Amino acid sequence: MSEKVKIRLKVNGEDVTYEVDAHMSLMRALREHYVWDVKCGCEVGECGTCTVLLDGQAVKSCLTLAAACDGHEVWTNKGLGYRDPLTARLQEAFVECGSVQCGFCTPGMIVAGAAYLKHGGKADRAAIKNIISGNLCRCTGYVKIVDAIYLVAKEIEEGRLTA
Amino acid sequence: MKKNLKLIGNPVPRHDALAKAKGEQLYSDDWVMPNMLYGKVLRSKYPAAILRGIDTSKAEALPGVHAVLTAKDVPHNEDISKFGQMRDVGGGFEGLYKVLATGKIRSKSEAIALVAAETEELCEEACKLIEVDYEPTEGVYDPREALKDGAYLVSSEDASNRIMRSKIECGDIDAAWAQCDAIVEGDYFTTPHEHAYIETEGGMGWLDENGVITLRVGVQVLEHYRTVAKIMGLQHTKVRNMSVPMGGGFGGKEDITVETYLALLVTKTRRPVKMIWSREESLETHAKRHPEYLHYKTGATKDGKILAQEVSIVMDGGSYTYLTPWVQMYSTYAAAGPYNTPNVSIVSESAFTNNTFSSANRGFGGPQVNFAHERQMDKLAQKLGLSPVELRRRNLMHNGDPLPTGFIPQGHNALPELLEKVDKALNASPKPERLPDGRKVGRSIACAHTVYGRLTFMHDSSRVSIRLELDGSVTLRAGVPDLGGGQASSLCQIVAEELGLDITDVHPYIMDTHLTPLSGTTTATRQLYMSGNAALKCAGVMKGRLMETASGILGYPVSNLAMGDHKIYLVNDPAVNIPFVKAVANLSNDGGELETITQFNAPFTEVPDLSNIKGQLNPDLTYTCHGVEVAVDEETGEFEILRIIAAIDAGKMINKNSCEGQVEGGAIYHVFWPTHEDLKWEKGITRANSFSTYIMPTAADVPDVETIILESGGGLGPYGAKGVGEPSDNSIAPAVVNAIRDAIGTDLNLNLMPVTPEKILNAIRGVDMEH
Repeated sequence: MSEKVKIRLKVNGEDVTYEVDAHMSLMRALREHYVWDVKCGCEVGECGTCTVLLDGQAVKSCLTLAAACDGHEVWTNKGLGYRDPLTARLQEAFVECGSVQCGFCTPGMIVAGAAYLKHGGKADRAAIKNIISGNLCRCTGYVKIVDAIYLVAKEIEEGRLTA
Repeated sequence: MKKNLKLIGNPVPRHDALAKAKGEQLYSDDWVMPNMLYGKVLRSKYPAAILRGIDTSKAEALPGVHAVLTAKDVPHNEDISKFGQMRDVGGGFEGLYKVLATGKIRSKSEAIALVAAETEELCEEACKLIEVDYEPTEGVYDPREALKDGAYLVSSEDASNRIMRSKIECGDIDAAWAQCDAIVEGDYFTTPHEHAYIETEGGMGWLDENGVITLRVGVQVLEHYRTVAKIMGLQHTKVRNMSVPMGGGFGGKEDITVETYLALLVTKTRRPVKMIWSREESLETHAKRHPEYLHYKTGATKDGKILAQEVSIVMDGGSYTYLTPWVQMYSTYAAAGPYNTPNVSIVSESAFTNNTFSSANRGFGGPQVNFAHERQMDKLAQKLGLSPVELRRRNLMHNGDPLPTGFIPQGHNALPELLEKVDKALNASPKPERLPDGRKVGRSIACAHTVYGRLTFMHDSSRVSIRLELDGSVTLRAGVPDLGGGQASSLCQIVAEELGLDITDVHPYIMDTHLTPLSGTTTATRQLYMSGNAALKCAGVMKGRLMETASGILGYPVSNLAMGDHKIYLVNDPAVNIPFVKAVANLSNDGGELETITQFNAPFTEVPDLSNIKGQLNPDLTYTCHGVEVAVDEETGEFEILRIIAAIDAGKMINKNSCEGQVEGGAIYHVFWPTHEDLKWEKGITRANSFSTYIMPTAADVPDVETIILESGGGLGPYGAKGVGEPSDNSIAPAVVNAIRDAIGTDLNLNLMPVTPEKILNAIRGVDMEH
């Protein structure tokens, strides 16, 4: 049996203690604790659907060792949506712009987009495409996903929303 | 038909979009149950072998392992493949479905044994402990080789590797060549194409309190529950799939995936079992788009009138039949392209090989032949000294023109208009020879006609039900598997439109085999056409009842009344009205029926004579045209896609966002197929079994797709809609390669996929890598 490690971390604003296998990824640890908006698409960092914010930075949680997250803060798309107005607005923008088809890449896409906007990302389609290039989508052709992030970036630039 | 549509065509939010955006949607993997076990499949070590024996004793002895099953444990290990059709078609169209391996192993994806254990790690451990006695054999990996006399026989059940042979002929092909001033001939190869949905296959199963095998598996074909029941030796009523939305399908979740495995493990262990395939297992195991070897010979007069098209196709069916015969029908049917051609000969053959099996992938046999005939068109134009657009303009089919089978498509053909629009958009400014950075620029336009709706000899049907709730809301039930295209939401939009309600007033309950009416498969670009028409019909029945009720209350004949804004009102004086909810209440008080189910049937035909296919095979066609601009680096052979123009006649958009989403997504789904998306098959082994080796486009790799959507109203779907899901990905692949050809000025190395930078560079240098 693999060695267990106890980690304390903040997940979506809540202090939690997880007992995880020492080799377990953050993605697996979150999913084992029913944080199901963190999806598993490849488990080797190629698809990006498991993207979460770790201490404010977008990371692929399947490539992040859970044990190394002891004492750190994790936000997922779902958690952000209920607590962070910017992410909530980005989620709405995904609906308005028709950016959601099967929805499986969506949580990771929104976290990647939210991280971009929180770090001062501009309403610039090329820059947005670059920032989501680690997140694969097979349904949309990306146009409407870029539309949604662009729309919210524009709202921030026009002072209608704060990043 | 209603003239003033309020909801239809609008980009209204889908019922499930917010839940998906908020991360609330639970997919196949997002579910656990108390006392649950994990399941795993042991796959073959070899692509070709004879299975001499299996010893499972060590695996069974491992603590925590609860079941190790092999073919002898399967009640009925073999069945005839069914794909949700309502008719036994027979005649070589239905192949063997074998659950676990016996006799000859046909490919690496063959399932040898099933394991259920306490953890996924234990499942893997147990699989390693299963001792399989293989006798590896040579195998055959090229369908052209497989069809030769004396070839290695792939299966132990068939006397030949041939799956099917079919033919379409019209005119006199042999006599036609003498009248041609220009003839071009070419060999083409199209690679197996991976669906690459972000969600792999998987799901859960358990026995309910009445012993019903209950599955929670996202699939494109709910009707596989019947196959599971047959395999298990149970009545159809004893297997239920309460399915969930898929994280993408594209045809790859059309064949049965984990359903039977779960049923077997659940029955053996009497505990809930979850099985999720890894990305590697998914890429190596599930069906691919058929690789096709095509030979084309096209002849025309000097003024550019195509006289003859001779095509031979050899399709790699891989290890099992699955949907090969259906896909072959589509390839054969579409092989001559959307051009008037008086003399045609199309012969197609399919064969078993020891490769991963081939089956449905978005486009279903259409894109392979489209790649070849559109490459031919550009070569022919070159030879005739005409522009490729002009050659197409002179030969496109128009309304009333027959297909090579003699069938005249019933729906509108907007291709002539689409071609002009794409030409205008692509060539709005003159093409520069080079970009400022020195890269050569190329442009190209390609056309396609793609069927929607299933083969008409399958006698397709769909059912939808509606229940009026007493508060004036509406419950819609449909066994529509939703793979992300907005299939269910469009049905709500149709019902809301017809009943004068908002889309939020209609809630869909979908895809439960035993609680929703069976709406048929989410395949063949059929749901909007089939279930959309069923929903329209169902809403019509309800509307009739409510109008009668209102007529009785208001004292005006039904013909003077209309429905809208949650009211039933007098057309000439809308102030005379009753609320929708009041009409429902009255209908209920009078003992009227608040619930109804209706069925829509597609046109029915008989199974064609495969040696001479004539007449109608599909309900209708959707027409597309793609324009592409590329920049090619002559130093490296690398290319960049600068522009994509995607044009389609959608007939009528039901949901603007959903329709555009298909057109944009379809273009990007196929844009890398001819060049980057290569599974690197080597003698039955998939070398590219990850997303870092199987290269599909990221957002940074592709331009924004520029969409042109016509609404001719000339489709067979509700409000004149046509299907757009699969057509959206046709005609872009040849446009990409033809644009590269336009940039580099040679056809060398651009005919056999994958067209890699190495091949492009060699083409520029005059080095032939294809012969």
